[in-house]
This record gives sequence, structure tokens and C-alpha cells, in this order.
Amino acid sequence: MNAQAPVVEMTNISISFPGVKALDGVNFRMFPGEVHSLLGENGAGKSTLIKALTGVYAIDSGPADSGEILLAGNRVSFAGPAQAQNAGISTVYQEVNLLGNLSVAENIMLGREPRRFGGIDWRATRRRAVELLRGLHLDIDPGSLLGSHSLAVQQLVAIARAIDVNAKVLILDEPTSSLDADEVAELFRVIRELKAEGVAILFVSHFLDQVYEISDRLTVLRNGKLVGEYRTAEILRLDLVQKMIGKELAILDALERRIVEPGGGEDDEVPLLAATALGRKGSIAPVDLRVYTGEVVGLAGLLGSGRTELARILSGIDRPDSGELVIDGTPHRFRTPRSALARGVAYSSENRRAEGIVEDLTVRDNIVLALQADRGWFHPISRKRRDELAVSYIQALNIRPANPDAIVRNLSGGNQQKVLLARWLAVAPRLLILDEPTRGIDVGAKAEIQKLVVNLAENGMSVLFISAELEEVLRLSSRIAIMRDRRLVADIVNDDLTVDSLLAIIADGELTAVER
Amino acid sequence: MNRMFSSRLFWPVVMLLVLFTINLVAFPGFFSLEVKNGHLFGSLVDIARNGAPTLIIAVGMTLVIATRGIDLSVGAVCAIAGAVACSIILGSPEPGSIGTVAVAVIAALLIALVLGLWNGFLVAVLGIQPIIATLILMTAGRGAAMLITEGQILTVNSPPFKVIGSGFVLGIPVSVVIAAVIFAAAALLTRRTALGLLIESVGINPEASRQAGVRSRGLLITVYTFSAFAAAIAGLILTSNQTAADANNTGLFIELDAILAVVIGGTSLAGGRYSLLGTLVGALVIQTLVTTVYTVGIPPIATMVFKAAVVTAVCLLQSPTTNATFGRWRRSLGRGRPGTRTAERASVS
Amino acid sequence: MSIDTSSAPVDAGRRLLGRVSSAFTSPKYGPVLVTLVLLIAIFAIGGSRYRGFVSGPVILNLFVDNAYLIVLAVGMTFVILTGGIDLSVGAVLALSTMIAASLLQSGWSASVVIPLILVLTSVLGLLVGLMIHIFKIQPFIATLAAMFLARGLCYVISKDSISITDPVFVSLAQTRISFGGRMSITASVVIALLVVLVAFLVLHYSRLGRTVYAIGGGEQSGMLMGLPVARTKVLVYVISGFCSGLAGVLFTFYTLSGYSLTAVGTELDAIAAVVIGGTLLTGGYGFVLGSVLGVLVLGTIQTIITFEGTLSSWWTRIFIGGLLLVFIVLQKVLTARRR
Repeated sequence: MNAQAPVVEMTNISISFPGVKALDGVNFRMFPGEVHSLLGENGAGKSTLIKALTGVYAIDSGPADSGEILLAGNRVSFAGPAQAQNAGISTVYQEVNLLGNLSVAENIMLGREPRRFGGIDWRATRRRAVELLRGLHLDIDPGSLLGSHSLAVQQLVAIARAIDVNAKVLILDEPTSSLDADEVAELFRVIRELKAEGVAILFVSHFLDQVYEISDRLTVLRNGKLVGEYRTAEILRLDLVQKMIGKELAILDALERRIVEPGGGEDDEVPLLAATALGRKGSIAPVDLRVYTGEVVGLAGLLGSGRTELARILSGIDRPDSGELVIDGTPHRFRTPRSALARGVAYSSENRRAEGIVEDLTVRDNIVLALQADRGWFHPISRKRRDELAVSYIQALNIRPANPDAIVRNLSGGNQQKVLLARWLAVAPRLLILDEPTRGIDVGAKAEIQKLVVNLAENGMSVLFISAELEEVLRLSSRIAIMRDRRLVADIVNDDLTVDSLLAIIADGELTAVER
Repeated sequence: MNRMFSSRLFWPVVMLLVLFTINLVAFPGFFSLEVKNGHLFGSLVDIARNGAPTLIIAVGMTLVIATRGIDLSVGAVCAIAGAVACSIILGSPEPGSIGTVAVAVIAALLIALVLGLWNGFLVAVLGIQPIIATLILMTAGRGAAMLITEGQILTVNSPPFKVIGSGFVLGIPVSVVIAAVIFAAAALLTRRTALGLLIESVGINPEASRQAGVRSRGLLITVYTFSAFAAAIAGLILTSNQTAADANNTGLFIELDAILAVVIGGTSLAGGRYSLLGTLVGALVIQTLVTTVYTVGIPPIATMVFKAAVVTAVCLLQSPTTNATFGRWRRSLGRGRPGTRTAERASVS
Repeated sequence: MSIDTSSAPVDAGRRLLGRVSSAFTSPKYGPVLVTLVLLIAIFAIGGSRYRGFVSGPVILNLFVDNAYLIVLAVGMTFVILTGGIDLSVGAVLALSTMIAASLLQSGWSASVVIPLILVLTSVLGLLVGLMIHIFKIQPFIATLAAMFLARGLCYVISKDSISITDPVFVSLAQTRISFGGRMSITASVVIALLVVLVAFLVLHYSRLGRTVYAIGGGEQSGMLMGLPVARTKVLVYVISGFCSGLAGVLFTFYTLSGYSLTAVGTELDAIAAVVIGGTLLTGGYGFVLGSVLGVLVLGTIQTIITFEGTLSSWWTRIFIGGLLLVFIVLQKVLTARRR
């Protein structure tokens, strides 16, 4: 395969945003007729790399941005997605970026419809669309509204659109995230056909099974840097996961281990929270999970494994469609986050900006928000009490600037995260679900938050701790639940677990590689 | 200095001062107040009195806009409130009695509450976009007002009713007192309770608020109801001032003036943090603009052209594009000065 | 055999029924079909109550009386299809009647005045579009400013009504194209129908038109598909400005005068006609022919109220408001089912 010249060659790509280096000197290449997977956890730089390749980000726009893209040996520089498309690079985005209000045929042909007498020739448009759909063995009415079809069909329509422009490179960004098994098989059939025709396909997915099934080669990114390029057949799953998550084993051994007191040991203890066969269609398979008072349960798994989905169901944000939830021995229906909060379950979202902080309000207002919402608008917390709360949490969590009147928008990520934590601590929950509380924040703040979690548990609060960083999960949790491909695959007491053993479960779904 | 520039009240106050100066030049007696028959008179009093209805509506509108909404129906509610009150007064055997007027006013306010609940229901329960939901009442409302007045201009001769729009209490115009009471009530109600905080939080980030347990549905219904209530009071003042209910013209375009006052006052139409004080200044700017047009001797009918200029200027000043351009410009002037950076941030927010 | 023969028509019937019901529940066709049924129903009611209601002259008069509104609604359809709104159309219409009346009064020729008006109102639309696109000002506010400006300029020109005596305008106003009997239409109707035809062709057979729909369906998607989103977003306001200007000219044919206070609230009628005609206020779905149906529904309600005699004209507004409510809720239901 290497005898061929690469169709895409990106060299030394660097892209910066204010405060973040999204890509740092990354090299990337693709050969014709191969399926190439791009892997990495959150913030690894996958989507930035794709956007650089498809012309959404112009490489030469910012002063800190640099790099070179060769397409079939020629240097290219795209001023927009349209140009990249014309050059043969087509993209099917994660959320299908088509138009549900227009017909299937139109979605395939929009922007390049055949014309006749100066107007769009609908008959020819339809004919061409039918040809393309037939090429994908997709038998649907090209005149029907795209929005009336399932996501899987829409995905295939997007591919039909992408290949109509004689694509040399087809980028599929998380194409399988909302498809069921049969639909994935259908998609893979199409991918194999395109591959046989010599199209280079960039496949982005967080389902490792699918990566191993379909791709010939893969590239791993981490924190904006290239980790390496490998042949899929030559890399073990375990090694792959390790490369995605980072941290060499040697360093891990040196990490201090918290003395974990396994909670929930007694048989007769009533769990604080007990989920039985709790599931939601298209989100997670039914899950059994117990959390006892005063314990930290780690929830580990790769991005997209279902960790966040489970947390959202437990905290009443999304509604489950199967199973039941018992709190303190009484069954509970979480209909809203509000009802969950009323039973003492608080959820701190991984999506700090969109679902966490209220960025135009002050630190003080953000801290008291949940407490105030619980009391209702008519029973305001007194100015004095609000100041006390704000000052005490600013001190306890070391929030900087130590100014209750600072606008949260202007704080650093770590401090925003602490403000959010303070909001949940202020309502004194019995179970605090922390989703990636240490992501994207500096080392100091991270250590402080970890320390806080330990203290909380010692004071009797239960914590469900979700993180992609395994050593963090290991250090803090007395028990670790592991999710993989949207199901809970393990729930083990953390006595002699190591990063290796966790990696093995995350990669293969069972404890095979490591002895217990 | 930086603090002053970054305050959202800065530009509206400057605008108001400029207008005052123009007036003072054109009409040296502009700031003089005199007491005639125990009543306060003067240009400033006129501005306050004529601006009262707009201010009252703008106060309600501020809260609605803070939740990311808008209420287009306030003008129609004005007309309905006036029509209800006048038809009750006219239908009563004693139009001059205080009891009749009280019944009329209460009936008008109750109907407005129902209309506000209706708007709130459409927005909060059915989830219809605010601009569309209130468009319905904006369209049908004037028809309903016409129905109540049976297409007539209802002229009432009721001294107690006339007091609302053109009476004086302790030398101060009653309408100004009412506006002050509404303003103070709104300020106290939202800032002394947690209402303001929750409204802002829903306006800035609805999803984060939901996850924090904020019940946005009740909040939305409350603000739309309050907006309609305020509109009805403004409608009563307008009707009383003209001593007639004119279903076609009472409160015509007042929704636009009110929205304009809110926007001039620095509350973003995208919702979030609001400033009632800003709205007060905004309403004064609009009314002073109208007065200025008179005193300077421009035909008063051209006021709308000036309003258009003000809307455009304010929008352009607040636009993200302008801010970005200004930001770049300021950065290139004072590279690395820490003060400039915070000021620029504040002006964005 | 016998089973086959009997079941075939049943099947066909069921299929037809399925087709019909799926058309009615489609967010694309549903509201328009409901409007069509509604229009027929209103005519049936009118016909059953009043003699001579369903007759050629009455139907043609609907077009004669509402020619300007059809043109306004066409422009508004473009704007609303992109998810925008134009509050300035009524004021711009009034402004163009004022410009026409005052320029004709001072002796300008009609052949100069009409093109001039169309250029001026298009430029105003262009400015609004640029404000919305470059400065990211909400369409609602930008067109509000244009509304203030246009109304203000009307007053600046004159606060009194100016009548038009220009021979070209008078002859255009009075010429009737007769179909025999009492059936005739005016030149305005022909112009309005031409506008509808052109709009239909543009929306369905040009890239501009398809981009309009694409913006309404998802601006971001349209951009990623490489469509000229920015240019089109500005252009729809130019189109709406042009249509408002043309509607103003048609309105002067109708009234033979210019008046500042004319057409107050007409923007609401135009928006209502578009919504009742099945265009989704959030954009993406709708037809220009639906908007014409919407105008006809409004016009027919008015005609019924005129025929009734005892019903006062303000019922029109209440009916329009009620219809708006019904259609907005209908849209909400139809689009929610699809998500």
C-alpha cells in the first residue's frame, strides 16, 4: 500500500484559538483506497484536524497557525468548504448537515443541480439522484422529504451527496453514533464499495470494535499532538486505548494511591441509590448500579461509551424508558433535574459552558443559583447569607479572583469549574455526580478538586465520579464501574486495580489481560 | 474612568445629556420649573408626564426581554384596557362616581391579567416563539377593542377617571406617580426577591438553569402577565388623558417605543442581564427626543425619522461586529495595557 | 378471484387515503392544504348565505381589491422562508405612495417615477439586509428601524393626502380588462399575478430560490453545502423592499392618492397572509402560491363581513388573529411530530 503516493499529506499543522493550542505540529496522511481511522479523546484535536482539511479553518489566517496540505501531491489552500469539495474532499458531519425541509434528491444535488433553459432541471436532478442512491443500494423515493427518513438513511443520503462530486477523500465524522447494528452493517457495506473504487475514507468513531472492523490504518491524536500512525492489524487494543488516554505505565506506578475504604460492604445496608435495568433507547443499554452512602464510585469508559448518558438519566435530565430507580429504599421517578435535586441528587455537567455556568452572572449568583431555585423566587436568600456562602466557597475551593462580584465569563476554566462545584455543594446533595470535573483545567485546580472529592466522601456525601483519566478515577474511587459501547461491562471494588486492568476492561470488555 | 465607560448606562446617559443641551440652547427656559395653582409645570415635567406610559410598558418589556422573549401585544392590550374601562364608565348610571371608576379600572386590569396569562401560556407551555405568540394578540387585540367600543370613540366625562391621566397629587402629575410606583415595584419585586436573578439566569442559559432546578415555565408566565398588567395601566393613563377610548389609536406603536427604550437602556434583545435604570433612561431619551423635535422647530411629524436614526445608532453600537472592530482598534492603540482589556470585555457583555 | 377483484379497489382506496392523510400531516403540504380547504369552506358558507356570493365578479374583485397585498405577501414569503421577518413593508408601501404622489404633483413623468420608486425601495431593503447580515442585528429590529424611517419620511414629504391626477396613473387605475358581462380586472391584478409567477419560478427553478429554502432549513448546513448563504440573506430583504415599492405603486393605482397614514398595520396582514398560506414562521417550508391563498382567505372574510352588513369590520382582525393562532399551533404540531 505504501508503494502508492498518499492522496492527502498534511505536514506540521498548527492551529491556535485564543488560549488554546488546538493542533500542535501534527502530521497526517491518507492513501487512496484505504479506510483510515482518526482516534483521540475529547480535546485531542480530531475535529480541528478535519476542519483544517476541509477548509473550514484556513491554515494561514492566524499568526500562530502554520502547516502545509498536499492533495495528490499539489499544495492546496482552501478558503471554504465549497472549495475543498470541488477539489474532491467531501465531508459527512456528525450531526447530519443536510436540510430536512427539502427533498432527498435536492439534498444530494443542492448547489450543483443540472440546468435547463436557465432554470433547474428537476427531471435530470431526480435522475442523477436516483443513480447515486442506486449506487448505494438505497431504495427510497427521491422526491420525499429528507426529514421524514431515519437518521441512518439521512446518513447514506449525505454520503450520496458526498460521492457525487467525484470525491477522492471522504470524511465520515462519527457516522455510526446514532445507528443500530443493522444500519452500521449497511453503512460498512457502502464504505467497502467506495474503498474498492479507490476513495480514501477518513473514519472517525469512538466505537473501537467498528474501528477494528473497518479501518486499515489509524492515527491517534492526544491534546493536539500526534501520538502516532499505526496499521490497525498491528496494534493491540490495549496499546491503542493507552495511547489515546495517555500516561506511560512507569509514571502511573509512582502515583500515590489513596487508601480506599470500600463502602457498601455490609449486606444489609440500604444503598443510597439503586438503579435496576435503567436504560434509554438509542442512549444506553439497561444498567444496574448501586451507590452507597459516603462512597466514591468511579465511572470510567471512553468518550461516547455512555458515561454521560447514564449520569443524565440518574439526575433527571433525560428520562429513562426502562428500568427503575430506588433512592433510600423508595422508588423514584426523576422527571426533571429539579425533582432529582429535591431527592438530593445533583449533577455537574461535563459541558461547563453550555449546561453549567451562567456566564454573564457573577460568581456569587452562580454559586447560589441552585439553592435559590430550590427555595423559589419568593424566598430570597438574604444578601448577607449570599455573601457568606460566596466567600466561604471562594475560600474553600480557592476560587480566583476571590471576588464574589466577578463575572464568571471572565474566569479561567478551572475557576469556572470550581464555581460550578460550589453551586452543587451549596445545596448539600447526598449524591453528587461529577462529569469530567477536571477536564481542561490546570494541574493545581485539578489537585484541589480531587482533594475536595475525598473530603466530601469522608463527610458522608456519595460521589459518582466520571473521568476519562484513569489514574484519577483509580486514586479517588472505592469502586469503579466501567462502560463500554453504551453498556455497563464491569462494577468492581477498587482494591488492587491498576490502570492496566482498567484499560483491559475498557478495551476488551473483560478482565483478560491482567490477573486479578 | 474605565468603569464609567464600561457601564452600560454610559451611552444612554450621554445621549440624554446631549438632548438636554440641545433643548437648553434652543429654549433657555428648558430646565425652569414653576408652580401654578399648586401644580408643577415645566418642560421636564412634560417629558416625565408624556413619557410615563412608555416607561410603564418598557418596565414590563424589560423583564420579558430579559427572558429572551418579546411582547408585541402591549399596544393592543393598552387599547383593550382603555376600551373596557370607558365602556363600563359609560354604561354606568353614575359615570362620575369613584366606585364606578374603581370597578372600571379593576375590570380592565383583570382582563389584562388574563391576556398576559394567555401570552405566557403560548410561550411557556406550548413553546411558541415569543415574537409569534404575541403577534396573535397584537393582531386580534385591536379588533377585540373595537368590538368593546363598538367601533366608536368612547368619550367619557368622569372627573375621577380623568385624574389618572391628567390629575396632580402633591403637585406632581398622577401619571408620573403611577409610573414611579410601577418602576419601584418592579425594581423591588425583582431585586429584593430572587425573581431578577432567576429571570436573568433563564435568559442567559436556559439549559444550565433547568439543570440547576429553576422552574422557567412559571417565570415566563409571570413576566408576560406582568407585561400585560403594565400595558393595561399605561392604556388607562392614555385613555384618561384623552378622556376617550380610541380602539384604533390608543397605544399605537407604543410597543415599538417600549422595545426601543429597553434597547437604548442597554438590555440586550438576546436576553440575560437587564437594567431597569437603563430602561428609565431609555424612555426619557425617547420622550426628550420627541420634545426636542418640537422645541428645535422641526416639524413634529419628522420624529419617526429621528427614532429610526436612534434605533440604528444604538443597534450598530451594540452590534458584535462593531465591538470586535472597536476592540481591535483599541488593542492596537494600547497594546498590553491591562485596563483596556477588561473594559473591552465588559462592553461585550 | 373474486376476493382479488374486490380487494384491489379497497387497497387502492386505502392507498389513496394514506396518501391524502400523509399530505395533510406533512409540514410541507399540510398547512397549504388546510388553507385551501378553508378557502373553499368560507366560499361555501358565503354562497349558502348570500345570493351572488360565489360569482365571477365577486371572485375577480377579491383580486382587484387585494392586488397590492398579494405583492406584499410575495416579498414577505421570501423573507419568512429564510426565517426572517420584515416589519417595514406597510410603511415602505406608504412611503412609495407618497413619493409617487408628490413627484407626480411636481410634474415628473410616470415613466420616471415608477422605476425610481422601485430602485429606492430596493436600496432601502439592501440597507436593511446589510444591517442584518454584517452587524448581526435581529431582522425584527432592523426592519423596525426601516419602518420608523419610512413612516417618518412620509410625514416629511407631507402630512396631508396628495391626490394623483397624472394621466398615466389615472388611465392605469381606470382601465379594466373585461371578460364580458360584469367580469373585469385591473392592470394591477395582471402585475400582481406576474409577480407571483416570477416569484414561483425563482423559488422553485433558481439556485437563489433553493438557497432561500436551504437557509430556512438550516443556515449552517447550507453554508457547509457551499451555498451562497450570506448573499441570499441580504437579497431577500432587497426583494421584499422591491415588492413593497411595487405594492405601493399598485396601491396608488387603487386609491389615486398618496397618504402618510395609509396602510398602517398592513405588515400584519402580509405576515398573517403568509402564515395562513402555510409558510412556517421559522422558515424552510412554504409556497408563494400558499401566500396567495392566504391573501384570498383574508379577502374573502372581508367580503363576507361586507355582505353580512350587520357584522362590523373589526371582526376581520379578530378572525385573522384566530386564524393565525390555529395555523401557528398547527405548524407547531406538524413539525414537532417530525422530530
